[in-house]
Amino acid sequence: MSQVAVEVPPKGGFSFDLCRRNGMLSKKGVPPPSYRKTGTTIVGLIFQDGVILGADTRATEGPIVCDKNCEKIHYMAPNIYCCGAGTAADTEAVTDMVSSQLQLHRYHTGRESRVVTALTLLKSHLFKYQGHVQAALVLGGVDANGPHLHTIYPHGSTDTLPFATMGSGSLAAMSVFESKYCEGLTKEEGIKLVCEAICSGIFNDLGSGSNVDVCVITKGQKEYLRNHQLPNPRTYVSSKGFSFPKKTEILLTRITPLKEMVEVIEGRDTMEE
Amino acid sequence: MTKQQANWSPYDNNGGSCVAIAGADYCVIAADTRMSSGYNILTREYSKICKLADKAVMASSGFQADVNALQKHLAARHLTYQHQHNKQMSCPAMAQLLSNTLYYKRFFPYYAFNVLGGLDSEGKGCVFTYDAVGSYERVGYSSQGSGSTLIMPFLDNQLKSPSPLLFPALDAVTPLSESEAVDLVKTVFASATERDIYTGDKLEIVVLNAGGIHREYMELRKD
Amino acid sequence: MSIFEYNGSALIAMVGKNCFAIASDRRLGVQLQTIATDFQRIYKVHDRLFLGLSGLATDAQTLYQRLVFRHKLYQLREERDMKPETFASLVSAILYEKRFGPYFCQPVIAGLGDEDKPFICTMDSIGAKELAKDFVVAGTASESLYGACESMFRPDMEPEDLFETISQALLSSVDRDCLSGWGGHVYVVTPTEVKERILKGRMD
Repeated sequence: MSQVAVEVPPKGGFSFDLCRRNGMLSKKGVPPPSYRKTGTTIVGLIFQDGVILGADTRATEGPIVCDKNCEKIHYMAPNIYCCGAGTAADTEAVTDMVSSQLQLHRYHTGRESRVVTALTLLKSHLFKYQGHVQAALVLGGVDANGPHLHTIYPHGSTDTLPFATMGSGSLAAMSVFESKYCEGLTKEEGIKLVCEAICSGIFNDLGSGSNVDVCVITKGQKEYLRNHQLPNPRTYVSSKGFSFPKKTEILLTRITPLKEMVEVIEGRDTMEE
Repeated sequence: MTKQQANWSPYDNNGGSCVAIAGADYCVIAADTRMSSGYNILTREYSKICKLADKAVMASSGFQADVNALQKHLAARHLTYQHQHNKQMSCPAMAQLLSNTLYYKRFFPYYAFNVLGGLDSEGKGCVFTYDAVGSYERVGYSSQGSGSTLIMPFLDNQLKSPSPLLFPALDAVTPLSESEAVDLVKTVFASATERDIYTGDKLEIVVLNAGGIHREYMELRKD
Repeated sequence: MSIFEYNGSALIAMVGKNCFAIASDRRLGVQLQTIATDFQRIYKVHDRLFLGLSGLATDAQTLYQRLVFRHKLYQLREERDMKPETFASLVSAILYEKRFGPYFCQPVIAGLGDEDKPFICTMDSIGAKELAKDFVVAGTASESLYGACESMFRPDMEPEDLFETISQALLSSVDRDCLSGWGGHVYVVTPTEVKERILKGRMD
């Protein structure tokens, strides 16, 4: 037994311990589990002084909405943000990992991160896993070379575009961009177009819904407009409220008082010898 | 060339939810008006509620092409009934007819999940709930369709009906007043729309009582 | 049948005014056969932090042991309890590590953070965090629970009100799920005390 008996905190990377067991189960006919998806509309466009990213805020698991207001525009670097579609855990993890690598890289070089650096890190990670890390991304940022917008597909291929859409609502959003996008939009026009594209995803694609998040990145500054529009409030709340016809029956109650937090005040008396 | 396989499926699911609640002298039947397929909305204004007789209204979710065929079939049968008996079919009679119609296609079923609501011969509200092949039961309230799993627990909580095994049988009708029942229906649909992607757009509520039929609409989330 | 439905479970956590509640059913089954009716699905991590694990019971227990181990290491190194947010990130990291061979369980985390701010969170089996402000659910009865909570939840409830709401939501939902039920187990945590209650439910 060369293996250490206790599990030490990991060194990073995936663990494939349970793969054989889970593979055995699926061979016996147990269907593999479904994961939480961000059945999403995400978009991005380049306007006259930078990049605007947009996303809806619905996360689904099959036909059920499991999060009505999730965040799909992820932080990568102070000047770079990234929208994620696909399996929620993958988009979250891959953007977190790359953003920490970028931070380390900034500490090392002392310079602002470049969008292409983020792009290369993301695509090489995704390519390495051959599409099994299911993340479809829209990456946008402004660096020393000006504004950049890229899309990254789960297998690691990338596109460089003036306007881009991804996710299940991408067609609905793209139809808005294709008909209304032009070069040299102002910030207000840009935000309006992004909102319109996201809204067309929200209303016409069942996988997308709830609110509109927008992120505007310009040279040297950014504006994260969380819940920029809330077009879907709850439509009915009973004016009367309701009561429970039958009270819950309790079999046993146990009350544990919590310890008071003792605050140690470091005064003169205790400190002085 | 590799051999092509035929994997055409005769069924689709167009989603949507239906609810019916029976009261002492009324019956509320409600359904949303969204029709969808996969992640697409086909139309936002499709009525799932069909008036079969003066005192029998059916709400159906599932595959709307089948539902449509079923509705036409029932309408034809009801017309024949009217010619033969010179009267409208009662709601319990329509319930039995619907069950037979569904079971007649036991091995190529209508992909339709129905609730039938109406007033019985005494003017009391009645609700019948079905599966796709005609098994049915008279209940005090019911829900069917994509949001039924979300709606049913709350209806249970608010309207808990007596066990059907009790002897002598207790009335299954709900103690609520008509306006309270309509309010409850609005609440459950607003809740189901929050979490079920196939339910939404608009709520159509049909209320049957001694005064006749009355229709009401309420907006739901459109995303 | 999905492996998540092998043992059956229902879990729910709700936020109230400066307090939270976490509740579960008490059934342990093997498919449709009931094995135990007093099963513990909610674990205490420390006084103000609770963890519920739905899904495959064997994985839930293994995962719980690994989490307790990591939490103890943290306590030794830092001489303090973990904040709920930190613990959620830890659970997420441990689950995502097994991205391609996951534990078949879905955790629900509920705790009181700094300044007694309630925190609730759930994840899928590979650690996609969902932070909610109102309620979170998990388990085989999750659809029913979503419907019940969505109708019953009101913001800023007092502890007793919160208890009644979470219990009603739990009991009415598990009655519509064959794989969970047999009573309920509710913890209501306020800054001063933890109230643990066992609920009477239908035994069928």
